[in-house]
Amino acid sequence: METATPNNQGKPKEQGEAFPQEAQDFFALLVRVLRGRRFQRGLLDDRLQISVEPKDLEDICRLLKEDPRTNFKILLCIAAVDYIDYIQMVYVLLSPEHERILGVKMDLSYKDLTVSTLSGIWRAADWYEREAHDLFGVDFKGHPDLSPLLLYEGFEGFPGRKEFPFHEYDEY
Amino acid sequence: MTNHMDQMDIEHTQSVDMMLNMGPQHPSTHGVFRMLLRIDGEVVVDAEPHIGYLHRGSEKLCEGEQYHQVVTLFDRLDYISNFNNEWVFCRAVEKLMGVEVPQRAEYIRVILAELNRIASHLLFLGTFGLDAGAMTPVMFAFRARERIQGFFEAVSGARMMHNYFHIGGVKEDVPHNFNDLLSSLLLDLRKDVEECDRLLSFNEVFVARTKGVGEIDLETALDYGWTGPSLRACGLEYDVRKAEPYSIYNLFEFEVPVARDGDCWDRYYVRVLEMYESLSIIEQAFSGIPDGPVMALGRRLIRPPKGDVYVRAENPRGEIGVYLVSDGTDKPYRVKVRPPSFCSLSALRHLVRDTYIADAVVILGSLDIVLGEVDR
Repeated sequence: METATPNNQGKPKEQGEAFPQEAQDFFALLVRVLRGRRFQRGLLDDRLQISVEPKDLEDICRLLKEDPRTNFKILLCIAAVDYIDYIQMVYVLLSPEHERILGVKMDLSYKDLTVSTLSGIWRAADWYEREAHDLFGVDFKGHPDLSPLLLYEGFEGFPGRKEFPFHEYDEY
Repeated sequence: MTNHMDQMDIEHTQSVDMMLNMGPQHPSTHGVFRMLLRIDGEVVVDAEPHIGYLHRGSEKLCEGEQYHQVVTLFDRLDYISNFNNEWVFCRAVEKLMGVEVPQRAEYIRVILAELNRIASHLLFLGTFGLDAGAMTPVMFAFRARERIQGFFEAVSGARMMHNYFHIGGVKEDVPHNFNDLLSSLLLDLRKDVEECDRLLSFNEVFVARTKGVGEIDLETALDYGWTGPSLRACGLEYDVRKAEPYSIYNLFEFEVPVARDGDCWDRYYVRVLEMYESLSIIEQAFSGIPDGPVMALGRRLIRPPKGDVYVRAENPRGEIGVYLVSDGTDKPYRVKVRPPSFCSLSALRHLVRDTYIADAVVILGSLDIVLGEVDR
């Protein structure tokens, strides 16, 4: 079994560390849009990215979608990544109008894999959250229907997690 | 008897809804897809899509393979447009490693990926016609698609599942008769596409079956995360090749076809127009293809640095995204694919409500889903 690898670029950088000018402008805009809600700045390779607390996620996403200055109309992707100590959720948002992509990262501890659903904000979140529920066992509070989507009814375990035995065959 | 019928209060007659199971083995579900319809006579009251019959755990399998082996798994996601899938994964790793792909390889990749887009749209054209009751176009579309597959075989050695794009370029240079093959293919292909277009697009029966059926407005389409041709049929001109030009797409001139109504016919016709644009891109790339190496990396073992990356590309079905996390070893730590037809399929329930069963089949066909990509 591999050990947990801290994801260096996923970790938020310290404030004051140099970001490109465009990113600095955008983060300044985000402070105004999110009206004081806490977030940490970062970069996902060369894309903009913020890290938020699970309790703020729904609020922040609603503001990001509905404020005309950000206008993130499309939820492109919800990825869950198992870092063994915790599960990181990565939401990728797209604003076709401003031609901008934003990654929103959130760490969930294994003790409490619960987060509020985003299916009320983007309907695309509905199936993505069911998938993350199937494969990683993340619980989405307020989701209308979390029945298995990709797996069959009654499947035991969470095949997306690192602990799931998947490659336990001998290689020749 | 007739008097009795007249006296019946039709308005308040109660009927019981019936459950109708469609699939997983049904020709119009384009793969192993099951839909549970609640019907009132001929009208669909509600539909419950069931997916996952083709779930192979591809994302998890990627974590156990070395980087160059993962390309073969991406072939099997959207098995109608293999080159486009290989390309997006290769680009994700190349971006993480900061590899510059040689120009010749970029041109070869563009030509093959755009040909694959045409092949995919031709398959859509044929089977969509079949869904709407037109039996002939599928023969013409398959003949044209077969020409492309034959060309792919000449270049990569396989009709499908090519494993030809490698990280850093392409596997090997194109065969010596590449230019002759491609120029004769392009001549045939333009005729074939025009033929299919003339045969089906403005056929009166076909238009009657598809125009005004399965309409979706732009806001709802965005809400469901639609991208690609299906979104452009709703009126938004958004194409990743234009919005965020990757590879060498900024060198070519092409239009992004847009429709207005967002119904089945619009979704169909946007794809037909896209085939002409792809042909134009291929012709431009063919005339400018440079000489030189086709591979940037000399070694086989690939170890990208630690980090994560999100890469997007315009696939025939919409925007594919790959979120790749590397921990510095020779195997990816996590690969997450954002499949375009997963999102279009999630809107199916919304689309087929209050339509006829026959229209539900047409609506499903117009979404152009590939279950290998939906289920992964």
